[in-house]
Amino acid sequence: MKTRPALLLSTLAVLVTTALAGEVTIQLPTETATLRPGKGVELAQANCFTCHSVDYIKTQPPMPRKFWEGEVKKMREKYGAPTPEEAAPTLVDYLTSTYGIPNTKKP
Amino acid sequence: AALLGNRAFGADTVTLPFANGERPLATFPQKRPLILQTSRPPQLETPFSVFNEGILTPNDAFFVRYHLANIPTSIDPEKFRLEVKGRVKTPLTLSLEALRHDFENVEVVAVNQCSGNSRGFFVPRVGGGQSGNGAMGNAKWRGVRLKDVLEKAGLQADAKQVTCNGLDGPVLPQTPDFVKALDIDHALDGDVMLAFEMNGAPLPMLNGFPLRLVVPGYYGTYWVKHLNELTVIPDVLANFWMATGYRIPNTPGACIEPGTTTKNTVPINRFNVRSFITSHADGAQVTTKQVAHIRGIAFDGGSGIREVLFSGDGGKSWQSAELGDDLGRFSFREWKLAYTPPQAGAAEWKCRAINRVGQSQPMEALWNPAGYMRNVVETVKVTIA
Ligand code: HEC
Repeated sequence: MKTRPALLLSTLAVLVTTALAGEVTIQLPTETATLRPGKGVELAQANCFTCHSVDYIKTQPPMPRKFWEGEVKKMREKYGAPTPEEAAPTLVDYLTSTYGIPNTKKP
Repeated sequence: AALLGNRAFGADTVTLPFANGERPLATFPQKRPLILQTSRPPQLETPFSVFNEGILTPNDAFFVRYHLANIPTSIDPEKFRLEVKGRVKTPLTLSLEALRHDFENVEVVAVNQCSGNSRGFFVPRVGGGQSGNGAMGNAKWRGVRLKDVLEKAGLQADAKQVTCNGLDGPVLPQTPDFVKALDIDHALDGDVMLAFEMNGAPLPMLNGFPLRLVVPGYYGTYWVKHLNELTVIPDVLANFWMATGYRIPNTPGACIEPGTTTKNTVPINRFNVRSFITSHADGAQVTTKQVAHIRGIAFDGGSGIREVLFSGDGGKSWQSAELGDDLGRFSFREWKLAYTPPQAGAAEWKCRAINRVGQSQPMEALWNPAGYMRNVVETVKVTIA
């Protein structure tokens, strides 16, 4: 509905609070997924972490370069990722060599 | 105040049977350890063994799927309001109390299934959430009919769709908010419900507390959580989540040649027929000397299941299973069979359901680019001693 500041990551345990008034409060567990090292990881860290955890990236099947090009394009064009177009090739290189099928050809 | 605490991530992992299928088990609020697909926003898959515990899926095991990470984590049900607006005669602002008391309370047992359930099994693989078969669940939902609420507001003559929005939203304002739409005839069919209870308890926060849409027979994408805005519109909603995402090929079986694309699409809608063996998993050991009590579930988009067939020989011969209690046409239908394997060795067990209008499941998996609607006849590989 409305846009609020990005989720604050909780630190400790998972909690559910049911106050007397009936208010229900949950505390989400700490996010643990991190990106694997590799050339371009800083760029991915800066661009692919704002809107979702990086397990979105890590759980994808082994896919060719074309797939990762499509993902970066979709993030920018459909979801409004503020990633400059110039950064895309380096990001795609990192994603393909780290999470994809490495050495799949550039078109 | 009651506090429920638990460890976030254990060391336990599960491996879903496809490439890159390893996932941690994680404990989220109001949930038992579930398969962690993503943590922000939370996407949790139900371990498949849960479906053999009973025909209703417990709330603490029910799968979780969000799209956008700005999710509500604290809600006061006394302050919560549902707005009904747009092309209506009288806009309404309804408290939960008003919903409970001013409208007839109704119940339905219905399956909720993620559109991407089983996507990880697609060959060739496709991007998106990589679920096994556990992004589904069956619950008894209690709430009020969407029809009754819309009729109280009164529809204007040009009403065409109802858009449904919840409290979850994007992290950055340029990301399209998650809003879905139902055609007005569908919204008025008397099946679509605004639910405040699930299996006799308030909805867990991650399943849409305090109010969610229940769209029996339809994929989970329409079951908007934390529902707080219904807007009647005179046209067809053309946002990202209706016009670009959640589309299926407009072909019989919603399939196209693997690896290809198509522009000829429609919004995903009703479930197709599915069935599963729940009593035995791949690698199960049975013997020729003992009866195996085989059991499973079947469901479809709302016609109801007429028959479930079982094959102990990889699909060469089939026999009819006994159906369990009928909890309604939108529910899982239990099936069971006492079967003594005729000979030792490796065997492939399969099940195939047929619904009341004669629809069934394909023997070979169908394919579409988004990885939706898998309903192939499933196989369990067992060893017979
Ligand atoms: C402005 C927000 C935003 C940014 C920044 C962003 N994403 Fe996403 N991403 C999304 C949304 C929204 C989804 C869909 C989430 C859902 O449906 O669960 C998504 C989903 C994904 C998926 C899952 C597959 C799919 O297509 O749904 C992958 C992989 C992914 N993003 C990778 C990336 C990468 C790589 C970057 C950095 C270049 C990135 N994202 C940056 C918003 C963003």
